[in-house]
Amino acid sequence: MSYLPHTTEDREAMLAALGLDRVDRLFADVPAGVRLGRPLALAPGMSEAALVRYMSQLAGQNQATDRLVSFLGGGATDRFIPSMVAQVVGRAEFLTAYTPYQAEISQGTLQAIWEFQSMMAALTGMDLAQASMYDGASAVAEAALLAAASTGRGRVVVMRSVDPQMRAVLRTYATGKRLEVVEVGDRGDGTADLDAARAAVDDRTAALVLADPTFYGVLEAAPELAAIAHAAGALAIAQVDPIALALIEAPGEWGADIAVGEGQSLGLALGFGGPWLGFFAARESLVRRLPGRLAGATFDQHGRRGFALTFQTREQHIRRAKATSNICTNQGLLALAASVYLATLGPQGLTEAATRSLDLAHLAARRIDALPGYRLVSPAPFFDEFLVASDRPAAAVQESLLRHGIVGGTDIGADYPERAGQMLFAVTEARTEPEIDRLVAALEEARA
Amino acid sequence: MNTIFEDSRPGRRGVWFEAASESAPEGAIPAARRRRAPPALPEAAEVDLLRHYVGLSHMNYSIASGPYPLGSCTMKYNPVVNERVAALAGFAALHPAQPVSTVQGALRLMVELEAALCEITGMDAFSLQPAAGAQGELTGMLIIRAYHEQRGELEQRSQVIVPDSAHGTNPATASMAGFEVVAVPSDARGNVDRDALRARVSERTAGLMLTNPSTLGLFDDGIEEIASIVHAAGGLLYYDGANMNPILGVTRPGDMGFDVMHLNLHKTFSTPHGGGGPGAGPVGVRAFLRPYLPGPRPIRAGDGAYGLEPASDASIGRVRSFFGNFLVLVRAYAYILAQGGDGLRQVAEDAVLSANYLAHRLGSDFPLAYDRTPMHEFVASPAALRHETGIRALDLAKGLCDEGIHPPTVYFPLTVEEAMMVEPTETESKERLDQVADAFARVAALARADAERLRTAPHTAPVSRLDEARATRRPDLRYRAGQSLPPHDPDGTAADR
Repeated sequence: MSYLPHTTEDREAMLAALGLDRVDRLFADVPAGVRLGRPLALAPGMSEAALVRYMSQLAGQNQATDRLVSFLGGGATDRFIPSMVAQVVGRAEFLTAYTPYQAEISQGTLQAIWEFQSMMAALTGMDLAQASMYDGASAVAEAALLAAASTGRGRVVVMRSVDPQMRAVLRTYATGKRLEVVEVGDRGDGTADLDAARAAVDDRTAALVLADPTFYGVLEAAPELAAIAHAAGALAIAQVDPIALALIEAPGEWGADIAVGEGQSLGLALGFGGPWLGFFAARESLVRRLPGRLAGATFDQHGRRGFALTFQTREQHIRRAKATSNICTNQGLLALAASVYLATLGPQGLTEAATRSLDLAHLAARRIDALPGYRLVSPAPFFDEFLVASDRPAAAVQESLLRHGIVGGTDIGADYPERAGQMLFAVTEARTEPEIDRLVAALEEARA
Repeated sequence: MNTIFEDSRPGRRGVWFEAASESAPEGAIPAARRRRAPPALPEAAEVDLLRHYVGLSHMNYSIASGPYPLGSCTMKYNPVVNERVAALAGFAALHPAQPVSTVQGALRLMVELEAALCEITGMDAFSLQPAAGAQGELTGMLIIRAYHEQRGELEQRSQVIVPDSAHGTNPATASMAGFEVVAVPSDARGNVDRDALRARVSERTAGLMLTNPSTLGLFDDGIEEIASIVHAAGGLLYYDGANMNPILGVTRPGDMGFDVMHLNLHKTFSTPHGGGGPGAGPVGVRAFLRPYLPGPRPIRAGDGAYGLEPASDASIGRVRSFFGNFLVLVRAYAYILAQGGDGLRQVAEDAVLSANYLAHRLGSDFPLAYDRTPMHEFVASPAALRHETGIRALDLAKGLCDEGIHPPTVYFPLTVEEAMMVEPTETESKERLDQVADAFARVAALARADAERLRTAPHTAPVSRLDEARATRRPDLRYRAGQSLPPHDPDGTAADR
């Protein structure tokens, strides 16, 4: 199929207007030595029908969470997405616009960004939030870079209970500026070893990065860790779960300087990993160091309210090598989706979703813990993810679950050798009690 | 239009959730750690939500509205079938931590996409992980860094050379990767000044970042010499794929001598820009740099099954969680399959033909900054019009808004006075190109006939010219209940100016 409107006659007319006989003439600057000189070795174009058939075939070679019951967590969860989200983000006016460089004809995008900033600031309890990052991992990494620039220090302390992929991205981003990344272990129950944290955070430390809840699902000793960071003059960076924030003390309340996280749970499709979004909220004093776009309210010439990108002198297109970050395109459409999700749920719906997640997760955890051969790893308070130890190999348990159409119980041993065989389960509001029955029955059978 | 917060009323709501049959034990979340007050999110009925967002959408210009010749952004038509295939549950509902046996189709798609991108670019391997062009640049520059480090030359090779016409992300990225940025000027033809380049390369050179065609829309015909200058000094060549569209099937970064590159799938391969993302910025390398790529990477094993190959010990590490913006990859692959090899070449030819035709039609008020044949985009410099009428490129841009056309990129590249960078793309028909040209002509005529009208443009947009300086001077970055937001004031009588 072709998306090209030019007819042969159009092309000839345009060439004639240019006084040319062949389109080749327009490529005269491409030296012979670098020309491909042959057709691309790709299949001929497909019709729309053939394309849909082929892509459906590829999609059909996956077993997705529309057919499998997912108890998978570890950075992404299967949650219910209200119909309003797809209805709004599917509108071509949002979908096919770009970064609102011309504010007057991009008020829809700009106001949506401003509303997203407002919602994320409210949810995290922080002074302000920016327009979005690529994902939670790059948000963590950019928060650390901000802390280093803001404090003039070159060391970042990160709790080992922060998502391993986020820590990996943090280490990657830290190489350029040669930041030292120091990891602090946890106690067996998954909460911070405060003595170890105190020992690691010193006067060279730019930031302490913690997760609340942690990657293992348990609530972190967040206020205590923030106090440790502040006592050393370092920033406290909180990586948080936006759904959990309906029930758990917001980072702005316990003293975080920056709150970041993965926004997938806010109405974004799992999509085998993306596109999702990272959110990034901070104290007001850090506004001139924020990475990425910021929308602000202002007036037009007639005194009417409008919205525009603001503080652009932080950004790469103005500041070039001295920019606070190189980020340009972000995750605009996903920020819109997250806004629609939060506005559709509102404070009541979000609290209900979080409470149902909490309740079902505790129900499932209690029943699994009661099964012979399985036990909850930690007695510490948790939200909707928890670790289970088993006397059977995790791989065998997962296989049994899969035979029952269930995915879950990721073995976190690859990232935490000291926790080899511990399986991570997530139970969200999208799950049902009969599905939990199935999970428990399949686990029981797996042991047999 | 009101914000969603101003329309909020306590007690209104959209969706609700059933309670579980039993509650978590009292104290499951310790009292000290409980949130004290519910988050101040908007409360709205579904009908009002729908109207709110439809109302916002009406205030947006998009490709669906009309021509969007925003230079360097490649705002081509986003095929609607791509939304359909990306929404297939087999892709959209796939959890990235599922066992590989349940994600064979997704892995296969990525393996096939990687092979197609290698053929299109002349590279030997790709990582699909980077989430956007700028993240791809960072990935690529960290690969160059790791390469020099492995050879024990990192301390010595501290400089990255970037043309003065480069996109701002290039110097920002080089700096983020820990390099010192050395600018190289353009010559009189808009190419990299090769004498200046020779004077800047040394044993301290880590690499050169280059877009070709450049941000001026010009193909640098000295590319072979540029490559040999940088390589002879021991540096590597980074290709910024922002302008890949006009060379599809014509030439390839690999054939031009580049060692590492990124693609902007949202530009060249037509995935929707979403009001500022999502994008995807896969990074390609020649074989000798393969070990440095982020991982894991999808592979096809000997038995035909698909799996994941862990990153090598030399890898720069992860830049993004899981596998990147997968649903963007799905759309880009669908586009490549639909166009086919010949279709992609036709894309390049039509993009270049359309840009040249439009440049020709724009006429004497919008002369090209360089008197050469542009590729897919061109930079016009209405400096004479400014000197004659006082009307700036920004005013012309706002005037084009009133003509129902998205303005070109203005004031970039920084090296051109009153720059207007125009990229019509291959998906605007000849009639549309003629309409765009006529609109430019009317705006130029207005500059002479009624400059004040242009200085206060736009007049037909949802708002008139915005005071962007005020947005920074008096930052108002979020809704605060009870605090004064610049009021919604349709009559324009607000006192606080």
